[in-house]
Amino acid sequence: MVVSFFSPRLEWMSAVVESWFLILAAIAMLLGGANLFMHHSNLIYNQKPGWGYSALTLAGFLITLVAGLLKLGVPLTPQFPEHAWAGSFEEQPGVIWWLYEYIIKPSTSTMFALLSFFVASAAFRAFRAKSTEAALLLVTALIVLLGRSYAGTILSAPVGDAYSFAALTDFVIMSVINTSGQRAIVIGIALGVAATSLRILLGMDRSYLGADE
Amino acid sequence: MGSSHVEWLSGRVYSSTGNASRSVGRWSIGLLAMMWVLAICSFPLAAVSQASETIALQESQGVPSTAPSDVQKKSSSDVVTPSAEMATPAANAAADNPVEDTASKLFSEKRFWSLILVLAVCFSVLICTFRARMGAKVYVRPIAGLKAIEEAVGRATEMGRPVLFVPGIMDLNELQTVAGLSVLSSVAKESAAYENNVHVPTARSLVMTAAREVVQAACIEAGKPDVYNDDSVRYITDEQFAYVAEVCGWTQREKPAACFYMGQFFAESLLLAENGNSVGAIQVAGTAESSQLPFFVASCDYTLLGEELFAASAYLSGEPQQLGSLQGQDLGKALAVTLLLAGCLLVTLVQFEGLGPFPQMAYDVLYHQILGRD
Repeated sequence: MVVSFFSPRLEWMSAVVESWFLILAAIAMLLGGANLFMHHSNLIYNQKPGWGYSALTLAGFLITLVAGLLKLGVPLTPQFPEHAWAGSFEEQPGVIWWLYEYIIKPSTSTMFALLSFFVASAAFRAFRAKSTEAALLLVTALIVLLGRSYAGTILSAPVGDAYSFAALTDFVIMSVINTSGQRAIVIGIALGVAATSLRILLGMDRSYLGADE
Repeated sequence: MGSSHVEWLSGRVYSSTGNASRSVGRWSIGLLAMMWVLAICSFPLAAVSQASETIALQESQGVPSTAPSDVQKKSSSDVVTPSAEMATPAANAAADNPVEDTASKLFSEKRFWSLILVLAVCFSVLICTFRARMGAKVYVRPIAGLKAIEEAVGRATEMGRPVLFVPGIMDLNELQTVAGLSVLSSVAKESAAYENNVHVPTARSLVMTAAREVVQAACIEAGKPDVYNDDSVRYITDEQFAYVAEVCGWTQREKPAACFYMGQFFAESLLLAENGNSVGAIQVAGTAESSQLPFFVASCDYTLLGEELFAASAYLSGEPQQLGSLQGQDLGKALAVTLLLAGCLLVTLVQFEGLGPFPQMAYDVLYHQILGRD
């Protein structure tokens, strides 16, 4: 992978490695699916507390699996009208499309929407001026909040655009302070990645394999 | 090497602390210094050589001299002499089809400076590792988040509540996941020592397989193989928010007393951390996703920022060679700071007139060639 990054002629090596990883991950999916099936079957069989949720999970798993494998409800394609399974499994109005559109999408959106409440509760705890640093954070957050909202525009109208909350947010806090901090972290991360990769490649660090020795 | 026997790849060192190792240490410092001098000196040398190439090209073409910045915007690979351009039919064909030409190159000239920088960092890491193996002392500043592992697991055991470890939502090809699994090893060992169970929900099958190996080995290492339970390391789903729903539900039902989030996270970071916070758990997080760090900082008791996650494995192992690699990483940081300062200085100098073409040329080399910006 490293060599192919520097040599355009050897880029195919990187593609081959990536393909092999995908194959490996696809095979590993069987392990994951088997684990899920066994775990929830066990809970249902032993009538453990909450086994009803496991039954629902298993039903969802099996319905999706069967609908995807058999391409249930997938229309015939104009190119291959004589082959029933020629269309894509995600095609409208297939069962997988329906499951995605009416079950997965709304559920995902619901979970994602919870984020706004959690942001509020986290901000409430974080922005308490308990120390100098916390006070600085609070003031900065307040400026950014005003700079990103219409209230800031109204409040800073008398001083002009150059000194408005929006300008302070964009040209000072985000472009200078935030960017410099982010870049310092990113440089550290890049070097950390290089050092960790070397440790792994040279076999110095094998703790991720379950053994240090 | 006298009485020092080093097996680089197996990670074993049998070393005496006699003259031989000191001599090797001096040699390695010398080599490192030479690499650094080469890396730093090659930068102005490249600028001068680029300038002379440009002037020679202009003279051969008989064109009036242009502003150096205009010419230097091309990389050295792009600047070709007319004679070289028209020399062979193959060259003409290549010029007609630049895509094919680029693809057939054995070495990408545009990435020459990336290679130099990568080699400089790698050599720094290797030499510092080597020095640490030879007995050189390495100081690593304490990382509060990693020191808190024992406290958090101990508290969970005292309260009779489980420990939650989330290794991110990405696969094993992400280095952050690998770094997370290294931390899992320590957490699982600590939990096994207290005969407590660590719950590891995973979003990828390969991660589940690796995490099982890690937890099982940690239990054996702690002398408590019976503590390991296959059900504690489970595959949930690849779907991001479905995974979050399961982990948050488990957190609310089981109320873990210690939560660890180590790996690659996206929008789910705050959902997981706030849920852990709501059940009163001690929380330690670590990620290299800079956009998610503020959420973890706000919700968790301890956060490993970016590179600290990658340093965690070395820090927890306490092995000299691993700690040495952290020192090499710091030398890489020094190189980055040197380049940053050089960039700031050059940007300032190009604003002044009467300093000649060198600052502009050096700036162009730094910006267009070393940093690879267009």
